[in-house]
Amino acid sequence: MPSLGEIFREWTARKPSFGISIFTNEYYWHIWVSVRRVLIAFSLALGLGVPLGLLMGWNRKFRDYTFPLFELLRPIPILAWVPLAILMFRSEEGPVVYLTFLSSFFATALNTLLGVQSIDRDLFRAAHCLGSKPRDVFRHIVIPGAMPYIFIGLQIAMGVAWFSLVAGEMIAGRFGLGYLVNSAYTTVRYPTIVIAMFTLGFVGWLSSALIRLVGDRLMQYRARVISAG
Amino acid sequence: MTTDGETVVQQSHQIVTAAQPLATVTTGTTGSPGAPMPPSASAPSARTRRVRTAGRTSVVRGTIGTVVFVGLWQVATSLNAWTGISPPVVAHLPSPSSVVQAFNHLVGNRGFWESAYLSSVRVMWGFIAAMVIGIPFGLLMAVSRTAKAICFPVFELLRPIPPLAWVPAAIIFWPTAELSITFVTFLGAFFTVVINTVGGAEQIDRRYVLAARSMGADKSTLFRRVLLPATLPSIATGAVVGMGITWQVVVAAEMISGGGQGAATGGGGLGFLIWNSYLGGAIPQVVVGMICLGIAGYLSSSLVRAASTKLMPWKMTV
Amino acid sequence: MQATNGGRGGLSVRNVSKRYDPKGTMLAVDNCSVEIAPGELHVVVGPSGCGKTTLLNAIAGFHSISSGEIYLDHELLCGPGKPQATPGADRVVVFQNGALFPWKTVLENITYGPVIQKRMTKTEARDRARQKMAEAGLSGLEDSYPGELSSGMARRVEIVRALVNEPKVLLLDEPFRGMDNLTKSIMHESLLEIYDRNQVTIFFITHDIEEAIFLGSRISVMTTRPGRIKESIDVDIPRPRDYRVLTSDDFRGLMIRVIDAVHDEAQKAFEAGEREMA
Repeated sequence: MPSLGEIFREWTARKPSFGISIFTNEYYWHIWVSVRRVLIAFSLALGLGVPLGLLMGWNRKFRDYTFPLFELLRPIPILAWVPLAILMFRSEEGPVVYLTFLSSFFATALNTLLGVQSIDRDLFRAAHCLGSKPRDVFRHIVIPGAMPYIFIGLQIAMGVAWFSLVAGEMIAGRFGLGYLVNSAYTTVRYPTIVIAMFTLGFVGWLSSALIRLVGDRLMQYRARVISAG
Repeated sequence: MTTDGETVVQQSHQIVTAAQPLATVTTGTTGSPGAPMPPSASAPSARTRRVRTAGRTSVVRGTIGTVVFVGLWQVATSLNAWTGISPPVVAHLPSPSSVVQAFNHLVGNRGFWESAYLSSVRVMWGFIAAMVIGIPFGLLMAVSRTAKAICFPVFELLRPIPPLAWVPAAIIFWPTAELSITFVTFLGAFFTVVINTVGGAEQIDRRYVLAARSMGADKSTLFRRVLLPATLPSIATGAVVGMGITWQVVVAAEMISGGGQGAATGGGGLGFLIWNSYLGGAIPQVVVGMICLGIAGYLSSSLVRAASTKLMPWKMTV
Repeated sequence: MQATNGGRGGLSVRNVSKRYDPKGTMLAVDNCSVEIAPGELHVVVGPSGCGKTTLLNAIAGFHSISSGEIYLDHELLCGPGKPQATPGADRVVVFQNGALFPWKTVLENITYGPVIQKRMTKTEARDRARQKMAEAGLSGLEDSYPGELSSGMARRVEIVRALVNEPKVLLLDEPFRGMDNLTKSIMHESLLEIYDRNQVTIFFITHDIEEAIFLGSRISVMTTRPGRIKESIDVDIPRPRDYRVLTSDDFRGLMIRVIDAVHDEAQKAFEAGEREMA
């Protein structure tokens, strides 16, 4: 295994011996491919998972019908879906994005559901006393009330997305950081493996941090509580 | 619409791989509701009675929902044969009936059970290693400021790296493929267990420590009688979540690295079985493998959760 | 001098019972009857777990009742054929642990009801809210979040939030429970000020006898579970009342009366091992 010093030098070399450094275009291309896949998958997961979670959390009937099925599908390891994903999506990007989407989707929907259920029941009652219709309750109580959990779910979903993306790229992808790790391994470019690993770690951390930032901005009322002590 | 305090207890699995620790504690189950917020003056027996009748309706509805899903699945896969119309995406999936057939076939197949056993063993070892190494490591960082100052930065630097990215490094480093799979499995759960342990220990109510001290507790008693029990819930969360991650990683590792020791002799783990079935064109078998993995994952999480409840008799609600 | 609320907000609770579950026989509330005149500040006092909250919830419409009827101004709220009342802005509740919307500012909380019911425009609602807040001594808090407020202020905001809807009845579920005595006495004076100024019937439940007599026009003593109204007592102490009332002979006399009535109930509740609501 190469030493950390070697790896760093390789990473910062203008002409890296194994082809990947901060000065090579290929490096950024791989990063971009992975990031783009995560963005698409994550957006889909958000767009489908949050509404589903809200509905399951709020409407007991709907939850009774759908939640058991949801819980039956959720424990299936994401990679076990690879063959079906390849069958369903004939394209190159399809399966990888689908896998990434699936794991994020479960995390998002689940945490959204929990978010709605975490809302103090008295808040619903207060809303009813004040003359709210169901639509008002949804807009003024359910959605803001579930927000903290939704954002936790999104951070988790982002982490899981990277996990699944890497797995997917290793098996069924061309380009991307996960693919890079695998190909660097098969072509015996050890420093590159580590470069790719740490890049993954960094990008993953950055994306989660961004979500947390957005969440903090949207939920100012929580920040104020902490400072008011 | 949720009214009247009769809601399903929130219990669901959470995969913590992001940087933010803890927050929600959840575990996985299907459709067994309970009233989380007791109304102001209710007798326990009456409440459980109300909950049980509510539970039965939920189970019925859940069954209906699942049956409808399977029905739609069957229709989607058979539509082409019946009417010549081919629905997008789902048309190429195997039908439920073919899956059932494949299941009947596999149940009698020795190799299948060997695969299941192999995967389970890997999961078990990885999980145990993660707990045995992770919990002490987490507690060490929680009690010793120097340990935390030294270890935590490195830990946090490595944590965001997806476990699977470690596979090639693990294969290079470890002598056998089997060990590298177990190592990666261990890593998956390790980070979760540690972060939950550290987080839990740091969130302990100061008053417990002060109360114990005022009763004359020394450092080791403080550790055994206050820190450990108080951190147990968080450790339990880490364990349950870690168990879920373990299955994910085992399957992935099996698929990527080609099955490890068992591959040649038949077996090789369920992940390998799925991949192999796919390559061999036996798609219904793939689905059987998926379902088995789902069940295995669910069962093992439930086991861990049940064990942790046993260890914490003072907790009324998990 | 008691507000009469223009004849609105008279509650009539007749023979109300509530079973815990439809098939069982355990009763939370057993054959409760009480008449509350419009504009009255009526306090129901009783040991923990006796069913006071159940009664309040039935009036508010959060629970159904198993038998009996409840009328508001001679209109049926719930009864045979309609076991659960519909929650509405004519009977607003102030909750024990506070139910201000944490993600809305104080002003947004208070204007929520009128705006949602389309009774006022946003601007009108804001003006009204500011006015009511000034009356309650809450000016300056408009843009604060509930999380930044002390419990006393938060509870006052909640009361203002309720009042701004001009309800017929204000339902208060042990709102000052858990507060220290100093804050509590300030809250009492605040509530009485509000009561004197607004035309509203108040239905107040508590386990604190002194609080009950200090605040109430009439007090109903509730037995331990299953809750029954044991007796109703008029409090003939004139308004406006302040802390000097607490040491008057009338007050002490009433205390003894109510304590006698409540004491055996409290004893029974204690022996039955009632868990206090935290």
